[in-house]
Amino acid sequence: MMGQERSLSPSTIGELKEIAARYPEARSGLLPMLHLIQSVEGNVTNEGIEICAEILGISAAEVSGVATFYTMYKRRPMGEHHVGVCTNTLCAVMGGDLIFERLKGHLDVGNDETTEDGKVTLEHIECNAACDFAPVMMVNWEFFDNQTPDSAVELVDKLRAGETVQATRGATITSWREAERVLAGFEDGLVDEGPAAAGPSLAGLEIAAERGWTAPSVDEAKVSTGSTGGADATADTKTGAAEQADTSRAESETKLEESPADTAKEGEDD
Amino acid sequence: MTDTLTPVLSADWGTDRAWTLKAYKQAGGYSALETALKMAPDDVIAMVKDSGLRGRGGAGFPTGMKWSFIPQDNPKPKYLVVNADESEPGTCKDIPLMMATPHTLIEGVIIAAHAIRAKTAFIYVRGEVLHVVRRLRAAAREAKEAGYLGTDILGSGIDVELIIHAGAGAYICGEETALLDSLEGRRGQPRLRPPFPAVEGLYASPTVVNNVESIASVPSIVKNGIDWFGSMGTEKSKGYTLYSLSGHVARPGQYEAPLGITLRELLDLGGGMRPGSELKFWTPGGSSTPILTAEHLDIPLDYEGVGAAGSMLGTKALQVFDQTTSVVRCVLRWTEFYKHESCGKCTPCREGTWWLVQTLQRLDEGQGKDGDIELLLDLCENILGRSFCALGDGATSPITSAIQHFRSEFESGLHTPSRELFPPAASTLFAPQTVGGK
Ligand SMILES: Cc1cc2nc3c(=O)[nH]c(=O)nc-3n(C[C@H](O)[C@H](O)[C@H](O)COP(=O)(O)O)c2cc1C
Ligand code: SF4
Ligand code: FES
Repeated sequence: MMGQERSLSPSTIGELKEIAARYPEARSGLLPMLHLIQSVEGNVTNEGIEICAEILGISAAEVSGVATFYTMYKRRPMGEHHVGVCTNTLCAVMGGDLIFERLKGHLDVGNDETTEDGKVTLEHIECNAACDFAPVMMVNWEFFDNQTPDSAVELVDKLRAGETVQATRGATITSWREAERVLAGFEDGLVDEGPAAAGPSLAGLEIAAERGWTAPSVDEAKVSTGSTGGADATADTKTGAAEQADTSRAESETKLEESPADTAKEGEDD
Repeated sequence: MTDTLTPVLSADWGTDRAWTLKAYKQAGGYSALETALKMAPDDVIAMVKDSGLRGRGGAGFPTGMKWSFIPQDNPKPKYLVVNADESEPGTCKDIPLMMATPHTLIEGVIIAAHAIRAKTAFIYVRGEVLHVVRRLRAAAREAKEAGYLGTDILGSGIDVELIIHAGAGAYICGEETALLDSLEGRRGQPRLRPPFPAVEGLYASPTVVNNVESIASVPSIVKNGIDWFGSMGTEKSKGYTLYSLSGHVARPGQYEAPLGITLRELLDLGGGMRPGSELKFWTPGGSSTPILTAEHLDIPLDYEGVGAAGSMLGTKALQVFDQTTSVVRCVLRWTEFYKHESCGKCTPCREGTWWLVQTLQRLDEGQGKDGDIELLLDLCENILGRSFCALGDGATSPITSAIQHFRSEFESGLHTPSRELFPPAASTLFAPQTVGGK
């Protein structure tokens, strides 16, 4: 297989090997390697899968099994920009559903489809950890906070017209492929754009400043500890801690018991 | 008396270029590391244990104790893995922290790695946050150039390498054993326990997995001491934490306060609900924690208080919904999420979430059948406790709690679509009656 009709350049193959070499065990590099394949090829291609498999010494089927597990990996060619609309519950209720409907109509595409001009791939996405900025959109995985159907239309029109667009909390929009390269581990020099934090991220801090509230100083803490200082009340055995940890999640992660669940064969890796 | 809000992690988020090493050092950054490097590793573990710090990733397991489980007589390398996958719906605290002050996390990583004697540490950050990945990489680079990472850190003889690793979109990879499989370059599916990660984690070696906020809290403890940390919070839930307020509130955002503050207090600080809104239901700690109602406004938001109210503190993601919101619509959407994110490894979760969605869709459309509510409860009973990992259990939380508090709304689903009872436009940020409420 090696050597025929390759479109991946030697420098890309060098970078793929460089990624694998960052890790104590090379296979750990597979996720970033697939990000790099996407940035070069525009999606996860068969050739990309084969090259990753060769570099890591595993089968193409194994690589393919990994690529299909994760939603950020695309098997179809992508548009220049990826536009994500959060339609998880909080954002959906705050307007994400209406934004997504409006964009589908405006761009004349369905979910996970690309506009005819190849500029925009539209996708509804899950909670992107910015619920205090709902409704949230992501362009090439950069934050666009507090959107409305109108602002969303304006945003995609600018992207299609090739105008400069800046994320609300982030950098100037480049392209989905360039974003994938950063995810693969190569810096693009845009780290200093955008704020440290904005809007809701600063809500508590601003209120505290207005009212003169701070965390106690070390001296204040000494005076007030008597009642709550030290960890006497915190469990100091494993079972005690699991029982004190308030969730079934903690238990299932701590108690020494086997899950009664049957394990589906087809779900197994490798 | 401590103040109502106590910004520690968020204290410098408003600082110009807070993400740079220069700004972090000006704010006193990396002084805790210098202290910690002079301490014996076991003394650092004891300190974190005695502080009472409990994991901020959802389960509340004592952090120092987790570190003490690492078998130091095991000849294999030890690893520290920071869980920065933040994908539990509603949860939005770790991402702003890493965006604004990534060095706080990195300082915590180096201290924790020293404590458990790990020479390699990883930050597994979800892939869908490009700018956060940039900030983490740049911070790791700056820290290394300054001698805080790499070999012989600050002349201590201690070596720590840090690898920033971007994921690729899968909620289940936040589950710690699935995360480890994913970090090994595999499909992210949970592992059978035992063995626990502390014994056989990454590359079958002793591994600590901790949440971003847990690790980022460590420098402040080392710097200010356990009495300082314990002067905030409640008896069994010590310290300060980030509460994330979202939804139909006047002032959504991050509020850093001692553990045990109430939702009423948090709402009052920011001007309550949005204009014209009444609280209908809320999640205390993300979508996997049973929903609560206005009845629970005064419960202390600590591990014990929320547990006693029948829910869980979880990730302290307070998603707040008002009277315009259909609880059936919300529960359906969360359940669709769990179905989509189910890794498929075990039958109760894989099949169960599929059936739950079918049933909830009918009710949302006003085409529910007699017995559908019982069917939902039955399905939940078959998933809860029978699933291989906590994703399955979490999927049942919104359903059983919503039926408990709002059964009549599910009954209406036998004849009336949710969108007729609760027109979705009224719930939005840009609904006419809320103009000016932003
Ligand atoms: C489905 C699922 C998703 C999870 N997602 C996260 C996550 O995104 N971040 C996190 O820190 N913990 C998450 N957890 C909890 C982790 O399994 C683990 O308890 C946590 O990372 C331990 O860190 P801590 O002790 O510092 O809290 C998740 C658990 C489950 C079951
Ligand atoms: S409970 Fe769901 S997510 Fe967890 S192992 Fe089973 S199928 Fe996978
Ligand atoms: S629900 Fe949209 S960002 Fe969390």
